[in-house]
Amino acid sequence: MTLALDTLYEAWWIQIIKALLIFSVALGILPLVIVYERKLLGRFQNRYGPNRVGPFGLLQPLAEIIKFATKEESRPVTSVGPLYYLAPVISIITAVAAFALVPFGDVANIFGSRVGLYGVDPSIGPLYVFAFGAIAFYGLMLGGWASGSKYSYLGAMRAAAQLISYEVSQGLALIGVVITAGSLSLTQIVHAQGGMWYFIPQFVGFIVFTCASFAETNRSPFDLVEADAELVAGYFTEYGGTRMVAFLFAEYLNMLVVSGIAVTLFLGGWLLPFGIHPPTWVDPFIVLAKMMIFVSFFIWIRATLPRLRYDQLMSFGWKVLLPLATLNALVTAIVVVAVHS
Amino acid sequence: MSWSPGDDQIVVQRAPAPGAAGGTYRAFGETLRGLKTTLARVAEGVRTIQYPEEKVPVYPRFRGRHKLHRFEDSPDNGGHAGLEKCVGCSLCAAACPADCIRVVAAENTPEQRVSAGERYAAVYEINISRCIFCGYCEVACPFDAITMGHDFELSDYSRADLIFTKEMLLAEPIEATPLRAEGE
Repeated sequence: MTLALDTLYEAWWIQIIKALLIFSVALGILPLVIVYERKLLGRFQNRYGPNRVGPFGLLQPLAEIIKFATKEESRPVTSVGPLYYLAPVISIITAVAAFALVPFGDVANIFGSRVGLYGVDPSIGPLYVFAFGAIAFYGLMLGGWASGSKYSYLGAMRAAAQLISYEVSQGLALIGVVITAGSLSLTQIVHAQGGMWYFIPQFVGFIVFTCASFAETNRSPFDLVEADAELVAGYFTEYGGTRMVAFLFAEYLNMLVVSGIAVTLFLGGWLLPFGIHPPTWVDPFIVLAKMMIFVSFFIWIRATLPRLRYDQLMSFGWKVLLPLATLNALVTAIVVVAVHS
Repeated sequence: MSWSPGDDQIVVQRAPAPGAAGGTYRAFGETLRGLKTTLARVAEGVRTIQYPEEKVPVYPRFRGRHKLHRFEDSPDNGGHAGLEKCVGCSLCAAACPADCIRVVAAENTPEQRVSAGERYAAVYEINISRCIFCGYCEVACPFDAITMGHDFELSDYSRADLIFTKEMLLAEPIEATPLRAEGE
């Protein structure tokens, strides 16, 4: 039970470089994730997906960004100006801020100075994620309300109900991990998984966290917030051009963040099984590979499950996930106390 | 006046609702079954035909764009080799339900012999944008001069370009449409 963190001194310029690097990695990965999702979704439906723009269709997102950027930026007369413009900004900022938390590796020795391969490693790791998740919800809510449209408003209302219900289960699912690791620092949690990755002892927590993550990121089968069949596009119905891209960007980034958190907390972060210890520079790629596996699972689920009905969504969240998560936290606490005494 | 359903009402038989455990098991079991189904689609591979590069071969009796024919270079053609089969009788134009064929006949002369008969088609135009590809022209023709070909890529940028003249109909298509082999 150590709470002692490596007191890591990094020069200010290292921190700026790290911040820029994380932002550019996020910006670089996102288009690839979007192409990857569309191509994999195609494979699940016996088709290729985009393969015309550039080699293997890799330039498809570039073409789409150019298309969106050249669209007219219009807004409804009923919308509330400042809030309407603020909403996508909030979404983006919170998503990038949460991405800074994902540890891509341990403290590495780069040119004689010790650098942590992560944006920040606060001693309250998961809480930081949930804090930014809660602020990100303002992006959805303000966007939906300030649009002054009924579809947007309905989408925002659904987002409010859904995110609040599932955030509870998501948080409770993590408590088991935190108790087992004895730390809230994400790097410490990864270190604690040296013996066994937590998705084995915390299997229930892992399942609950995964289910809740689908709801938190508005992914199918919990994409009621966007439900294109009934709500056009939910909270961002009235957005167009680059502002809509900002919302989509934040949504995919949130998917990456959730994958990163799941990899860190349950799938051993940068650790490899069977006692393989690669050099430090491989660590970020291990984390990225694990994240991509998790993202593939997201896409697999999207290709499989239809959207839930609203009452099913609520009863699943409150009647199944929440009791499971509570029970998991309780049992873990008892077991940990029993083992340590 | 309200409608009375009468006596023949059907009582719907429903299975008992699953309990909490049963429902959870059923939900997760069915989810796993669904995941298996979609993964099997990945294993199955891609069924797309990459159209402009790959084409679906057409059947021999496929009714595509029309062709006009000449006599082939063979001894049993009675010295007609190279002449047009069309004699300008306008039966195809009469048979055409869409009224898209225009034929203007002219007399053959000993100096200028175009077809095997007395007359030939001086003008033979098909407005492809009006054609419904029914094949009646082919049936009406007494000399098998017009047949339905296999070309189906007929889009163009202006309507005027879709009026096919005699020369265009007589010429071989620039790109051959793949034909389905016997038994395929």
